[in-house]
Amino acid sequence: MMEKVAQMIAITGAQAVAHAMRQIEPDVVAAYPITPQTPIVEYFAKFVADGVVRTEMIPVESEHSAMSAVVGAVAAGARAMTATSANGLALMHEIVYIAASTRLPVVMPVVNRALSGPINIHCDHSDTMAERDSGWIQFYVEDAQEAYDLTILSVRLAEHEHVRLPVMVNQDGFIISHGVEPVSLLPDDVVKKFVGELKPIYPLLDTEHPVTYGPLDLYDYYFEHKRQQIEAMKNVKKVFPEIAQEFFKISGRKYSFVEPYKLDDAEHVMVALGSTNGTVKYTVDKMREKGRKVGLLKIWMFRPFPKDEIQRYLTGRKSVVVLDRSASFGAEAPLYEAVKSSLYESASRPLLSSFVYGLGGRDITTENIEEAFEKSISGELVTDHEYYLGLRE
Amino acid sequence: MAEQKGWKDIPIGGTIVEAGSAREYKTGDWRVLRPVYDRSKCIDCMMCWFYCPDLAIIQEDAVMKGIDYYYCKGCGICASVCPKSAIEMKPETDFAEEG
Amino acid sequence: MPLTMKKLAEVFSHKDVGLTQGHRMCPGCGAPITVKLALMTAKAMGYEPIVAFATGCMEVSSTIYPYSAWSIPYIHNAFENVSATISGVETAYRALKKRGKISPDKKYAFFAFGGDGGTYDIGLQSLSGAIERGHKFVYILYDNEGYMNTGNQRSGSTPPGAETTTAPVGKEIPGKVQLKKNIVEIIAAHEDVYAATVVVGEPMDFMSKVEKALQFDGPSFIASLSPCVRFWRIPENKTIEITKLAVQTKYWPLYEVERGVYRITRKPSKFRPVIDFVKAQQRFRLLLKRPDADAIVQRIQDYVDKRWERLLALEQATKDKPSR
Repeated sequence: MMEKVAQMIAITGAQAVAHAMRQIEPDVVAAYPITPQTPIVEYFAKFVADGVVRTEMIPVESEHSAMSAVVGAVAAGARAMTATSANGLALMHEIVYIAASTRLPVVMPVVNRALSGPINIHCDHSDTMAERDSGWIQFYVEDAQEAYDLTILSVRLAEHEHVRLPVMVNQDGFIISHGVEPVSLLPDDVVKKFVGELKPIYPLLDTEHPVTYGPLDLYDYYFEHKRQQIEAMKNVKKVFPEIAQEFFKISGRKYSFVEPYKLDDAEHVMVALGSTNGTVKYTVDKMREKGRKVGLLKIWMFRPFPKDEIQRYLTGRKSVVVLDRSASFGAEAPLYEAVKSSLYESASRPLLSSFVYGLGGRDITTENIEEAFEKSISGELVTDHEYYLGLRE
Repeated sequence: MAEQKGWKDIPIGGTIVEAGSAREYKTGDWRVLRPVYDRSKCIDCMMCWFYCPDLAIIQEDAVMKGIDYYYCKGCGICASVCPKSAIEMKPETDFAEEG
Repeated sequence: MPLTMKKLAEVFSHKDVGLTQGHRMCPGCGAPITVKLALMTAKAMGYEPIVAFATGCMEVSSTIYPYSAWSIPYIHNAFENVSATISGVETAYRALKKRGKISPDKKYAFFAFGGDGGTYDIGLQSLSGAIERGHKFVYILYDNEGYMNTGNQRSGSTPPGAETTTAPVGKEIPGKVQLKKNIVEIIAAHEDVYAATVVVGEPMDFMSKVEKALQFDGPSFIASLSPCVRFWRIPENKTIEITKLAVQTKYWPLYEVERGVYRITRKPSKFRPVIDFVKAQQRFRLLLKRPDADAIVQRIQDYVDKRWERLLALEQATKDKPSR
């Protein structure tokens, strides 16, 4: 099914990612179903069953085995992908760290869902926040188009010789994954050309150059291996803009670490991850009609954390409201903490406030957002006091 | 012991790219008993070579040549499987002058 | 038919076995011998082995950074996922071969090695999954009946009465009370699998089963009783002998199950009582001092006797009746 021209079709975020995977056509996909990631696997399985892709699918018996099989396949010299959500991601946690520390390029769409317990299948960011120290690059997307685009772009980022790190492309569960939106798909051959061929480093299947993966590091080498991972993350800051520029050339869509929205004269700025950014943009537009000088700094890349961009866009603002769709029990919410720490050295620090919202799929409305903005504008918010949007007291 | 390298000088991912680099490691230092081999009794059956867990029996085209004392840990399996008792385990201290 | 020792020696005087000198397993350990026999068989048949290892004695002691005792491609991932890892490697091979990136003439042998910890207990799920999916790999269990790498903790494979640190023989409790889990039966119950028991003390039987496994058109499972010199508390040079004793006492009967057809491959003309096996290892020393020692040993004797009878019956009942 070689499409020669870009198509605009109405599909869900899950379908969009399945199409991206179809066009990337990895050698191996090992996946285990979990709501709300399941449609990604289902759509892709249909592509495989119909011979649309030559990908070998491994119907593994758990997410831990899914990531393990992906590690084996990539170490062998193939391009491999998987996808998951919530407890599935938690189950593969051990191997998620190993994939990153073994420096294997893997792209994994994650459909954000709350971690149990109690068991909840709806959207929040607790699942991927729990992986923020894993060494994976992390993107949070606003809509199905971005889910599609960043899945493709991430293949090049992960496989770049100065990076060689796995990438999570996170989309909000049900909101993006199951919501139908217009998505512009690139032509198959354009994607194929963009992702190119994987250049495996030290493939297991090369018996002429046998290598050993996964040795035991004693205290004399572990630290050095971790320092290498840290360096690779630093390199992402240099490599990503180059790849984003290339992607812009083929798609007309420009990606960066953050997306500033109506920030030029904004005095009060909201910072958020994921689909809520769409709702914030809408609210910003509405409030601007009433004369409020508000704006949004959308974060695309959460790991490595775009400290420089935070400083650049938020220094000198009157107030900043950080929205977190996950909590860190016993500490400040993760995005808030990261933003605050980035502004520590800022010459002119805005009034910062933290809102936790949307846990377990609790809806966030334009009214909630407007309420948060108004409170911030009125100066009644106390820094470091964690506020909640949509919680019944 | 290999000289310890800095983080910029080692391959990424913890991968060991030099196959068989363990050959640099002298496990022969572990020995408490040393196998002593009597060529006159040997029939080249290759049992000792076959079983040695440390691949420390030297043979060429199925002809027994000797024991690789750089690696031999002195477990004595070779002596125990030899059908002709051509290998005898002696205390390593008897050979201490060899350094 | 496996090559004779002399023939193998000729082949491997000019070829690497795949495991090299310099590994740091204990002197006399059964695991490197198990690995050697498997790799030599594969290489002698013209296969290029790729090995995946579960965390454990053999994995840790052979790959202490920057030393690797492997001259063949090797991957260690984690403790419970060697079967899932090799599934990925084997699938990558098929995918790349399909795309023409690998020559169809190249014969790979995909091995997954695990200790009893990574097989009976934490690794059982991924092993079962990999077999159910039908990946073409050979799983080799080196069974030393405990988590030996971490200092002798009990596993599902530990026999009753053996001294382990997490099920010690004490005043009230005589060590592990449960019988050893029958892993071969668990694996044999999967569809389309070849499962077998081997010991290094019977090398021709061992190597012919590895040959069979490599030629079997599906996954296979080979369980090798692998004495642990340190924690079975046996002399370093007795490894081979102990495995022969295990066969003679019916403790470790040598048999194979191929798609449901049972075949006992060694039928000793005379058996020895299981107490001979028990007495030969100091890990049973504390057990033997107890007043209920006889009863516990008798329980083991009854178990091995009944299991042997059952195997004979299964051999009869499944003769020429494969499940597929």
